Amino acid sequence: MDPHLPWFILLNPLVSAALIHLVLRRSSGTSATVSVLSACFGLLAAVGIWFSGQSGAPIEVPWLDFGPALRIPIGFIIDPLSRLMLLVVTGIGALIHIYSLIYMEHDEAKSRYFGNLSLFMFSMLGIVLANNFAMMFIFWELVGVSSYLLIGHWFTRDSAAAAANKAFITNRIGDFGFMLGILMVWSATGSVVFPEIAAKIGTLNLSADFLTAATLLVFCGAVGKSAQLPLHVWLPDAMEGPTPVSALIHAATMVAAGVYMLARVYFLVALSPDAQTVIAWIGIVTAVFAALMATQQDDIKRILAYSTLSQLGYMISAIGLAAPGAAMFHLFTHAFFKALLFLGAGAIIHALHHEQNIWHMGGLSSRMRVTFLTFTAGFLALIGCPFFSGFFSKDLILLAAWQHNTAIFALALFTAFLTAFYMTRLFVVVFLGKSRTDAAAHGHDGPIAMTGPLMILGLFSVIAGWPWIQNYALGEVSSHTLHLLHEGGGSVPVMILATLSFLAGTGGAYVLYSGKAKDPILIPLFKNKFYIDELYAALIAGTQDLFARILAWFDKWILDGIGVRGLSGGAWGAGFVLRFLQWGNLQAYSFLFGIGVVALIYFMVFAK
Amino acid sequence: MSPILFWFFAALMILFGVSVVINRNPVASALSLVVSFLCLAALFVGLDAYFVAVIQVLVYAGAVMVLFLFIIMLLDLKTEQRRKFNLLASAGGGLVTLGFVAELIIVLERFSLGATPFPALRAEKIDDVREVGMTLFTTHNLPFQVVGVLLLVSTVGVVILSKRELK
Amino acid sequence: MTLTLNDYLLVSGLLFATGFAGVLLRRNIITIFMCLELMLNAANLSLVAFSRFNVNAAGLPNYNAQVLVFFIITVAAAEVAVGLAIIVALFRARQTTHVEDISTLKF
Repeated sequence: MDPHLPWFILLNPLVSAALIHLVLRRSSGTSATVSVLSACFGLLAAVGIWFSGQSGAPIEVPWLDFGPALRIPIGFIIDPLSRLMLLVVTGIGALIHIYSLIYMEHDEAKSRYFGNLSLFMFSMLGIVLANNFAMMFIFWELVGVSSYLLIGHWFTRDSAAAAANKAFITNRIGDFGFMLGILMVWSATGSVVFPEIAAKIGTLNLSADFLTAATLLVFCGAVGKSAQLPLHVWLPDAMEGPTPVSALIHAATMVAAGVYMLARVYFLVALSPDAQTVIAWIGIVTAVFAALMATQQDDIKRILAYSTLSQLGYMISAIGLAAPGAAMFHLFTHAFFKALLFLGAGAIIHALHHEQNIWHMGGLSSRMRVTFLTFTAGFLALIGCPFFSGFFSKDLILLAAWQHNTAIFALALFTAFLTAFYMTRLFVVVFLGKSRTDAAAHGHDGPIAMTGPLMILGLFSVIAGWPWIQNYALGEVSSHTLHLLHEGGGSVPVMILATLSFLAGTGGAYVLYSGKAKDPILIPLFKNKFYIDELYAALIAGTQDLFARILAWFDKWILDGIGVRGLSGGAWGAGFVLRFLQWGNLQAYSFLFGIGVVALIYFMVFAK
Repeated sequence: MSPILFWFFAALMILFGVSVVINRNPVASALSLVVSFLCLAALFVGLDAYFVAVIQVLVYAGAVMVLFLFIIMLLDLKTEQRRKFNLLASAGGGLVTLGFVAELIIVLERFSLGATPFPALRAEKIDDVREVGMTLFTTHNLPFQVVGVLLLVSTVGVVILSKRELK
Repeated sequence: MTLTLNDYLLVSGLLFATGFAGVLLRRNIITIFMCLELMLNAANLSLVAFSRFNVNAAGLPNYNAQVLVFFIITVAAAEVAVGLAIIVALFRARQTTHVEDISTLKF
């Protein structure tokens, strides 16, 4: 492989972002072209890397060198995992860039949008290519920044600005743990480079507690970025951003970064069974809770957001169930069908003039044919209909759960049922029945730049899980896991149970929602997201605000009152008294001063 | 440095120093000050302190004097009006100065060590920029940084003072 | 006739006295300020002369004195900046640079 290819793939979106932000701010058409071209070049380069296979020498340049204790290079890791991820990120990225051309056509800040999109591509590719923790952390933060910028794209809307802040701050909480985890790993092994850590950490005889703590802290980063419980609150709100952004960042790539990172450091995770149990439970609990919340949402993008949370929970859980290959497989298929669903939702929102409430839609199947057909493909893939991609990948995760932990398996199965239920609800309400509003009655498909990406993604949503594609695309990434899973047995009952839960969910939702004009069931607990946002608000009011109020009192009365005002008052008072001794003529003062100097010299030198 | 040159520059320096004091026009005073500073720089060269001489020219004869002239122009100061001559003040000032000079001469007469000529420099070359820099950054590092803070404080102070409304 | 340290000290002292006389006799505040600069420079001359007089073991002047000269120059620069800013502010308030007109330090 040409060693310049990774450099090109990483730096080309950066150049594009810099060009757009620094030079092309005013010419929105040109900046859109630049950004789309850069995304397409990135895809070409990723394909090049894919076909050129394993790299020989490591691509690494020294960056920070503090002697043997800490050495941080800028290096790229090119292995099956990163090659797959490169393909997913650049592929979906390129499609969404093209889609954005239409979706953001009349936006006032088109240049800023495309510049930030390129910036995001740069940071995401940096995470994928990084061969050490320090570099990954830097790009990890950069991804957070670009996500912040894109969520807050329409920052004049208060809700968008607040959502951007929320996403950034929530991520920071997770990243803090991530940083501590990196420091722990570094303190134990003296290195931040993944292959070096992998080679060293097994030989060090570290205590189990230390490894568990380090793994869980690193996992904190994934909890933030992949929006797991309890830091999941930002992802639904992040839907305030433009829909292509939701598809690219908050469904297909960035939120998957946590899963990718865990797969990347799986050598660390594998050393600590306790941490694995925690990870598996956090993942599955997130999956169940998010699915429950999704059943009662009315905003089409929010439903998809909770669905994303739920699927991410599956992936994280698979990592904890010692099946990183299954997690990566689900990440791979999920990237396609979830991006497709978001883009489909975007097409509907675009056609309906920014209507997002599903109860204001309906009957779109006949008027938006392409959108309907592709959305159906993504829908079937997500709910795990047999022979669609999601079926195969979800099946593997269920199998891993079956073999390791029956309770987790039951919850995973329940989640699969819920997924089928809420997605069918969405599907039936949006596409079938009669139109409930005027806008819905006049919706129509977008131009080819919009439907093209939908069709490509639709194709992949169907076939991405088929065994031969899976063998070809994931190959070495998942072969080990697959081997273990197939040896463990139980694939037939799992498949049957999964299909049954899919049928139950779909059928139940169809019966319940077909032909209804408004939601027939109302569960406030789910609708209000288990009151978690309110709980956090109360927690912050109880702790941080209280603490801030104490500090404010201290500042006002102790520091300002006694410290500052007391001192200044003292100085003023002293000045007031002393000013009665003054004369007021400058030259008189200097004259007296001069006499003093001369007299002083006289007494010092002569009057002995 | 040859004594002739020394006395020449010293005399010139004091001459223009006196000219600073007695000129009634501030611009003339400022220009006299420049000449006086340049002569002082020449004396520094005679003492083998080349770097200090260069800095003297750059900072004093350059920057500081530009500042002075700028302020004089800004305030549009004309030649001073002759005012009522305050005999008492002038006599007092002159007396104090004379007392100081008298003390100076007596002290220098008693200072026998100072009457010996300067010892020769034995080093082959005088790399005084490097030496001054080394001393500044090693022995006197803390004062150096304190002076840096002082410059910052004075910058802030000037900005505050230059604002239109002084509260 | 060779030069001695005392020659330099004498010249330095005379320059100092000139500046001192200016501060005492002149009433234009800007001229007073220039005279202050003269006095600072007289001190610098003494320092450099002492520096040259105390040749160290390596056969070089004593650079501690020259570093002190740099500090004086820095402080003087800061002083000029602040002082002139004060003069400008004063002039705005009082329309004068005459110290006799500015005698309300007291109240």
